[in-house]
Amino acid sequence: MTEYLQSTFLGPEIGWLVATLALILLIALPLMLAVAMIIYVDRKIIAAVALRRGPNVVGPFGLLQSFADGLKVFLQETIIPSGANKGLFLLAPIITFTVALLAWAVIPFSEEMVLANINIGVLYILAISSLGVYGVVISGWASNSKYPFFSAMRAAAQMISYEVSIGFILISVVLFAGTFNLNEIIKAQEGHIFGFVNAYGVNPLLFPMAVMFLISSMAETARAPFDLTEAESELVAGYQTEYSSMSFALFWLGEYANILLMCALNVILFWGGWLPPVDWEPLYAVPGIIWLFLKMFMIFFIFSWAWATVPRYRYDQLMRLGWKVFLPISIFWVFLVSGYVMIDKFGWPL
Amino acid sequence: MQIFAFYLFASIVIASGAFCIFARNPVHSVLWLILAFFNAAGLMLLVGAEFIAALLVIVYVGAVAVLFLFVVMMLDIDFAELRAGFMKNLPLGLLLALVLLAEIIFGIGAWSAGGMGEATAVVGPPAGGPSNIEALGTLLYTKYVFIFEAAGLVLLVAMVGAIVLTNRKRGGVRIQNIQEQVARRPQDATRNEQPEVGKGVEL
Repeated sequence: MTEYLQSTFLGPEIGWLVATLALILLIALPLMLAVAMIIYVDRKIIAAVALRRGPNVVGPFGLLQSFADGLKVFLQETIIPSGANKGLFLLAPIITFTVALLAWAVIPFSEEMVLANINIGVLYILAISSLGVYGVVISGWASNSKYPFFSAMRAAAQMISYEVSIGFILISVVLFAGTFNLNEIIKAQEGHIFGFVNAYGVNPLLFPMAVMFLISSMAETARAPFDLTEAESELVAGYQTEYSSMSFALFWLGEYANILLMCALNVILFWGGWLPPVDWEPLYAVPGIIWLFLKMFMIFFIFSWAWATVPRYRYDQLMRLGWKVFLPISIFWVFLVSGYVMIDKFGWPL
Repeated sequence: MQIFAFYLFASIVIASGAFCIFARNPVHSVLWLILAFFNAAGLMLLVGAEFIAALLVIVYVGAVAVLFLFVVMMLDIDFAELRAGFMKNLPLGLLLALVLLAEIIFGIGAWSAGGMGEATAVVGPPAGGPSNIEALGTLLYTKYVFIFEAAGLVLLVAMVGAIVLTNRKRGGVRIQNIQEQVARRPQDATRNEQPEVGKGVEL
């Protein structure tokens, strides 16, 4: 598409710009649709665990519930508290939403369907996900209110803590695959186990990492059981307390876009991305994007399942899990993985 | 396109640097500083140092600046006191500014005098060669391995020092033993009693 537009009257530079903009919209708009649907799925799963029906009134099976909610929120009035820092108050949801969209630029949906196939994809993801905390912290401070401020403090501490172990987990996968490029990481998983299973997660050396990454990604996106930033029994709605209308909706959209991103990352790093689950010829007839979505859905189901089942962590337990359990284990595992990779590549040293 | 991006990033870096100094509110200052970091990373990308750009964002924007923001937000700032110190520290500040200006002038002078042509001509990794990360890794872990490890040791010492300085025994702290809490069973913690009417339960 880029080449085609560059060859028309637009010329190479403007053609590239137009093509890239079109591709960005091609990712962002379906993503918004996916977020709307995944909120519905989330509510249905949690309802099923609680033996309720969940949303079932708007549209067939309640499928249009999220759109009805969106419309309702859109028509409401935006209220800015008089004590708030107005500029930052409005900037915070925009940052959250933008950052949640940014990281999707490097996600490979299939072998060719990737907007920016850069050779530091993993680092890019790490960099962008470390920006996510700013929306929360700024909103908490700019609201000029006690509960949002507590929530912002919690969020800053929580996200930094879990980013450390996420970094080590990413490094071990990078060591195994030998590249920072997400597409190459997926390709390296082809026939990884006995030349048959397309997943790093099944490797006994990486399976603990896969589990830790799943839990860390729940903590990183502040999903239950780690949703201390918006623990409704303690902090009303956390950093979103003072927000209304579209500014509130932007937080909501950004949060779910982040959750979907983390699902995609789980799939790409450990479960083979757009590859079919096993290396069997007929399965490759199914487009890669469908495998990716199926696997993302499985991971998202685990997210919802955990939300519905596990009670919220206490703050000290959350910090203990991050610093005293995940960090030492992940450092030790990086040591193990790098040792294995060295022996695998260069033979036994003696 | 590259020229446009360069001027965009560069002007934002300079503007946000200025705003960082002139902002009255310290939190605004930190936020302007973050914007400056972010655009500096963009400049790094333009010269083809994508690894350095990623590091800048991960380390400075993602970790250091968050801690800055964390601390500055918690501070109870007295603006009058802040301004009172301004005149007292002005000579020192001016001296520092002069030194920095002199360094920049020296730098530009040395650069325009020539002799560093080869160093400035190389932009980005050569096409087809190893990527930035591979080249950096190869250098760091072979040629400069001892210096690299020494740098790591310095950081380790700094970390141990910070922990030693701030770690103190505090009395009256109730330590949560999480293993014990998790291993607790209902039958250890509760009992079922049916007292007769008018008689209480011994707790």
